[in-house]
Amino acid sequence: MAFKLKYTAYNERSILIEWPAIIDEKILKNILLFKYSIENNFIKQTIEVVNAYNSLLIIYEHTIDNINNKIKELKTLNWSLNGELNIKNKHWAIPVCYDNDFAQDIEKYSKEINCSKADIITIHTQPKYRVFFTGFLPGFLYLGGLDPRLFLDRKSVPNLKVKKGSVAIGGKQTGIYPKSSPGGWHVIGNCPVELFNPKSHPPCQIEAGDTIQFYGIDKAEYYEILERIDKSEFNLKPNA
Amino acid sequence: MIKVLEPGFYSTIQDLGRFGYRKYGVPVSGAMDGYSSQFVNMILGNEKKAAVMEITMSGPKLEFLKPTTIAISGALMQPMINGTSIAFNKSIKIEKHDILSFGKLNSGFRSYIGITGGFHSKPSLGSRSMYEGVTESVQIKKNEYLGYQSLTANLNHTYAHVKYNQSYLMSKDLKVLKGPEFNDLTKVQQNQIFDTTYVVSKFHNRMAYQLEPNMKHNLSSILTAPVLPGTVQLTPSGQLIVLMRDCQTTGGYPRVLQLSESAINTLSQKATNNKIRFKL
Repeated sequence: MAFKLKYTAYNERSILIEWPAIIDEKILKNILLFKYSIENNFIKQTIEVVNAYNSLLIIYEHTIDNINNKIKELKTLNWSLNGELNIKNKHWAIPVCYDNDFAQDIEKYSKEINCSKADIITIHTQPKYRVFFTGFLPGFLYLGGLDPRLFLDRKSVPNLKVKKGSVAIGGKQTGIYPKSSPGGWHVIGNCPVELFNPKSHPPCQIEAGDTIQFYGIDKAEYYEILERIDKSEFNLKPNA
Repeated sequence: MIKVLEPGFYSTIQDLGRFGYRKYGVPVSGAMDGYSSQFVNMILGNEKKAAVMEITMSGPKLEFLKPTTIAISGALMQPMINGTSIAFNKSIKIEKHDILSFGKLNSGFRSYIGITGGFHSKPSLGSRSMYEGVTESVQIKKNEYLGYQSLTANLNHTYAHVKYNQSYLMSKDLKVLKGPEFNDLTKVQQNQIFDTTYVVSKFHNRMAYQLEPNMKHNLSSILTAPVLPGTVQLTPSGQLIVLMRDCQTTGGYPRVLQLSESAINTLSQKATNNKIRFKL
């Protein structure tokens, strides 16, 4: 499927490529094909490629003398995409404890969307969420695929501190806070697994294009996982 | 080693920042004023990636426990060795137990202390630039010790012919490009941005500079998209926010302008109530 792409110079050493402004897995796939194609055709040390829902930003290490030549170069690459490029996306099962002790907003949220707590958990653990990209905070995954029954606008006044690991819902999105931060999403659980660790290589294992699914754990299992993480005995492993 | 007698208002170790980690949501970081930070490295004959100390508004008091050479550039903060004024933008020989201190801030907002061979703090993800959640230390603290290379075999280069361009410290003009959503503004709004003298609000730090006054507009939020240091966002309330070196990697506000690299350096020398103007 061919999309109409827009190429612009973003600054002295970056080029922005934009797809139609919609959240769509077909667009994501197209963006990622382009991204891998760029990464395979340039030396990684001299180029950095970041994607979001409908854009790809290519950042060169040094100032570019002639940005139009670089744009031409990228356009040529795009044509080569017709060839088959194999993307190996991974699937991850992510434990979440929905216990009230970790779900500070679930009571209020449950009333506001008119859905029981048990149903919220069932609906939230059902989909395979697609990772579109990482942004906002180191290791924060932008996920697609939340069931519309769980949609609820963000809080009008954000919380000053949302605890690390909080699993939350904001508008049409769900996500996990990789570290404590201010935030306006409704917290419905907590994930004990570390999603970002600067001492690991890579610091974040889950990438754009991967899928994740949540599974419920009780408090005992939650603390058991924390203990195992502490002893470096717990590793998140992708399913084939 | 250096013993930190006083840390100053806000002092950090910075280098060129992190390259290749934005896809994990990690900010670039790095020296706010890339011109001054590279100037000290050039004077000292350091590599570009050598780490410097970025000091903000008021300087630290540091005791050197080994001989070395340093250089200071950026905001004018009256640097002194053992109480005697020293020159800016020159290499300065340091003896054991010399004490570097600073006086009043006269101009600009951030100064840089360069040291031969660079500061040796612990790197994380390819950079020594301090950032919460990435480096162990996020700010230089009182009584801590900072490592650097002792000056024994190193030749003491002098680059006396290099002239520091101080005019940008004072400049109001920020050279910009049109941002991806610039054309969503009306012609009147576009002209308004370039006709307005903006003032730096009290909310400014390494992540962003908020500007005043607000402007009326009817742009809606965009689908979350990449941003870079220097990206000027327009919030729903009409405020312009200039993202700086520690900014997030993506954002949902319309991106109306993009600062040039030199304009980011200029803005990083501005403080509350300073005036700026955008120039295409």
